[in-house]
This record gives sequence, C-alpha cells and structure tokens, in this order.
Amino acid sequence: MTRFILRRTFLALSVVMTVMAMAFVLTRLSGDLAISIAGPGSTQADVEVIRKAYGLDRSVMVQFFDWTRLALTGDFGNSFFFKDKVSTLISQRMPVTFTLGFTGLALALVISLPLGIVAALYENTWIDRTASLLVMVGQAMPSFWLGLILMIVFGLQLGWLPISGTGSWQHFVMPAIVLAFTAVPALTRLMRSGMIDALGSDYIRTARAKGLSRSSIIFKHALRNAAIPVVSIAAVQLGFMLGGSIVIETVFALHGVGYLAWESISKNDFPVVQAVVLVLASIYIGLTLVSDILNALLDPRLRGA
Amino acid sequence: MTPILDVKNLAVRFGPTLAVRNASFTVQKGETHCIVGESGCGKSVTALAIMNLLARNAKRDAHSIQFAGQDILPYSDRQMENVRGNRMAMIFQEPMTSLNPSYTIGSQMTEVLRRHLNTTKALAEQRAIALMQRVGITAPQMRLAQYPHQLSGGLRQRVMIAMALMCDPELLIADEPTTALDVTVQAQILRLLAELKQELGLGILLITHDLGIVARVADHVSVMYAGEVIESGRTADLFANPAHPYTRGLIDCVPVPGKIMPGEPLGSIPGTVPVMKDGFSGCAFRFRCAHASEVCTQAVPRHEVGPDHLVHCHLTPPQWSGR
Repeated sequence: MTRFILRRTFLALSVVMTVMAMAFVLTRLSGDLAISIAGPGSTQADVEVIRKAYGLDRSVMVQFFDWTRLALTGDFGNSFFFKDKVSTLISQRMPVTFTLGFTGLALALVISLPLGIVAALYENTWIDRTASLLVMVGQAMPSFWLGLILMIVFGLQLGWLPISGTGSWQHFVMPAIVLAFTAVPALTRLMRSGMIDALGSDYIRTARAKGLSRSSIIFKHALRNAAIPVVSIAAVQLGFMLGGSIVIETVFALHGVGYLAWESISKNDFPVVQAVVLVLASIYIGLTLVSDILNALLDPRLRGA
Repeated sequence: MTPILDVKNLAVRFGPTLAVRNASFTVQKGETHCIVGESGCGKSVTALAIMNLLARNAKRDAHSIQFAGQDILPYSDRQMENVRGNRMAMIFQEPMTSLNPSYTIGSQMTEVLRRHLNTTKALAEQRAIALMQRVGITAPQMRLAQYPHQLSGGLRQRVMIAMALMCDPELLIADEPTTALDVTVQAQILRLLAELKQELGLGILLITHDLGIVARVADHVSVMYAGEVIESGRTADLFANPAHPYTRGLIDCVPVPGKIMPGEPLGSIPGTVPVMKDGFSGCAFRFRCAHASEVCTQAVPRHEVGPDHLVHCHLTPPQWSGR
C-alpha cells in the first residue's frame, strides 16, 4: 500500500511539472505579451520599456526557470491589473471556490446516491424510468441556462435569494444547486449501473444463501463494490467543480478563483492566468490521487497495482 | 425416519416457460442425493427454488417442500432468511466469483455465524479457523485476513464449504461444486463432501451433469430431463438397470476405459433439450428418443422398476433392457 501511494504521488508530481511548463508556454504563445500589456495606441518605445520592466526581453528558458523557481516557493509575482501579489489574490478567492465546490458536491451526492440506489433496486419499473428521465433532463440542461432560470424565478420573481455577489451564505445557494446539477447525472447513472451489476453478481447470491438480511446485502455487500467507480468519479467531479466553476462564478458574479481566471484572461493579466491554471490543475491532480488511494482502500485487488 | 428434504411436485416457471415440472425427490440425513441432467434441464433452478433464491421473474409452485418435517413452501422471506445459511446451506459452481472481492475471508465467514447465532467475533473466528482446518485449508489463521483474490479456485471452494458449515446445517445444497475446478482438486472436494456427510450426518443435494461424479458419491440419483424427474433410484440400481431411454443414453455417453475402442465414436444423444411451454403434454424426450411412438404424446405413466426405483416412460418392463 505504501509503495502504491508513493508511486502514485510521484506520477502526480510529474503531471504537475508538465502543467507548469504548459501554462507558461501557452500564455507566451498567445502573442507578444509586452504589446498586449502596453495596450493599443502605445508607441514602440513604450513597448520596449515594458518588455524590459517585466523581464520579457530575456530568453524563454531563463524566464521559465525564473518563474518556476519563485513559483515553487509560492511566489507567483504581481498582478498587472490588481497591483497585488498573485498569491494573495488566489488565497483571498480560494475560500469562495472551495465553499462552492464542496457544497455543490455534497448536494450532488445527497441527490444522486439515493436516486441511483433506488433506481437499481427497482430496475425497469416506473421508479427507475422516472429517475432516468430526471437524469436525462439534467444532462441536457446547460448550467448557465439553469443558472439564469433560477435567477429569474427565485431571485427576481420570488425575491427569495440574491442573484449576484459573495456577501452571505444565501449567495451560495443558487450557484451550489447549479453546480450540483452538473454532477448529478453522471453520478446517478454510475451508482445505478454499479448497483445493478453488484446485485446481479454471484457473491450477492452467496450472501442471500447465507441468510443475510436485505439491508446487509444491499448496503454492506452490494454498495461497497458499486461505490468504487462512484468514488473515483466523485473525486474527479470535485476537481471539475473547483476548476470548472468559471462559468457559474461568472454568471452569479461570485468572486472565487474561477471569476478571477475570467477577469485576468480578459485583461491579459498573465501572471495571474499562469498561477490560476497551475493551482486549479494541481487541485485536480491532487483529487485524482486521492481518488486512486480511496479506490485502493475500497478494492483490495488494486493495492498491488 | 423423516427425510431431511422432501420435495413434492415442484414447478418453476419463467413467464410461459416451464423450467421445472412436477419434480419430486427426497434427501435423507447422511445421504447424498444427486440430481443429474444436461444443461438447461432445470437442475440448478430446482436447487435455487428449494432455497427460495430464484430471480424475481420466476414463479415457484409445489405441493409441498418439507424440510426436517416442516413445510417451508409458505415461509415468508424473513422466515426463509433464518433457515438459509443456518439450517440449510448452499455452495455454487463458480468459486472464483462467489465470494465478495471487497471483504476478507474472515469477515465473510464469521458474518454467517454472527447473523444466525449471534456469537461474538472471537468465537466466530475460532469456529472459522476450526472449519477451515477441517476442510483442508492450510494456515487458516492467516486466511482470515486474506481477500478472495489471493486464493486459488480450489481454496475458494473450500472456503465456501467451510462457510456453509459455519452454523452446522442439516442440509447442504451443492450446485455443480466441482465443475470449475481441475480434476485433482475436483476429486479432493468430492472426497471432502463424502467425509463431511458421514461425520456430520449431513444431507447433501448435489447437482451435477457428470455421471462419473454421480457414480462416485451418490447414494440416490434423480435424472432430470426438460424440468422433470424421469427416473430415480439408488445409484447402484440405476446404473445396473437403467430403464428410461434417456438414462441409458446418458450412460452410453460416458467413455469407459477398456470398453471403448480407440477410433470408435462415443455414444451421443442427438438434438437438444426442448423448451417447455404451457399446454405441453406427453413425454418431453420423444423428439430425441429411438423408441418413440404414437403413445408418447399421451400422459406418461410411472412404473416401478424395482424397490425405490421409479421411471416415467411408456415403455413396459420387458422393453427396458432392449436397446
């Protein structure tokens, strides 16, 4: 088990290094950074001054190692737009994104797990078909559209919830619902199919032949095995929610990391863009690692791999 | 003496398909009763029907299923749960998949005892170790903490047997327990079952398609064809004097060293088991039978071939030995 964790951690770290290089190279591929910072209407002399000031006149390799060296100590430089340290900006915005992501995932699990289990237990009955229908509707509905609908109904017409901003917990209700909605279909379907597979397996027949109670058969013997794919997808979904909440944070003007990413991309604030990409990717990679370890804990056969 | 299991007129249907029709047989304490037949004849369904473990779309019906003198046919799910794994245990054909991959051997073995007899974990583990030793598993202490994927097929089937014995059952139903194992392991498992039968006075209902196994371990045999018991009797009588053309055909299919010449084809029965639907009457074997005639479309009579030896066939006694 220790060897398994060490090997997976090493793999994860090498992916992080790759992401660092990619984030750095891609921002430079988007054009001459000095020109875009200087903005339209600036003279050649202005551009040259900026190029020097930000160290953009040095070779790309030198710039990259310089950035990497500082990034490893947690120093991502200064934002061009906010006149603040990038690390400060990100750590200020992180709690918002984390609150949103975890609430969204919790909500998604609370809805999808029971729904998937019940659908599996009543396979091919009207209960199962109703669940499938809900899942299909959820999958087909774009999240920004659902966000706007919720805003109109609960924010404007009923006036129950604020429609934008980060002021109080009420501001998180609608975004969390929308975010949960993006994860519910996949999780429900996985839970349902995993549970159907498990319930039809030989070891469940053995469990029944042993005279175990229905609840022990469903929750101890079937769920443990059915949960394995769900756990890995849930961890990846959380990464997706944390990194991919850009759309929802923008729709609801929730000042999290996703919103920061949107702001900095539209303002060419490349130190922020680089750092946000790296941080979000690291979170995603970290969660995938956690999901691998959780899987190995749940499924003893994976521990040797 | 009351038999441990007495099944009368068992029928199982899946929609319009009749998987088991009119099956009757008894298993005595300390006796191995084999149900033999080819694939699709309804023998596994019979085993599951006794345990009431059939799939949801199956419908079970019978005159009675007496278990140790009690009719378990009307038992509720809750009542059956208390019988299963406790007084009546079952092992299966696929040892590779019949154990839960996510739990240790110890956890899976002890939970039966804790469920039915409410013992402590320590006591249950002691019992598990003792039984693993009894069924020939080496280092039982270590096995408790192992997972199924760490064990070979033969070991897993031994674990299944030990697990089935945890609550000291009166009846063991074994559904093709050795089919997935190689021959040497198969012989060991069969010997083990025979020993356990003697030691514990266990009644064993053994489902198999292999007449070699029947000849080796059975005290009694029921031959099933298309969901019906077509011939039954003591093993020695049935092999010495098979009356039903199907039984004779089955026995002819078994190669006997010395009797079969190299290059000479083995016996075989042409065709396959027909699927039985509602409204079928007469003998189900008539489509493959060399002796079939007009009369075979009518209800089949039951003859007594000898003491405790019954056959369902239109052929009359003098014709039995005729080939």
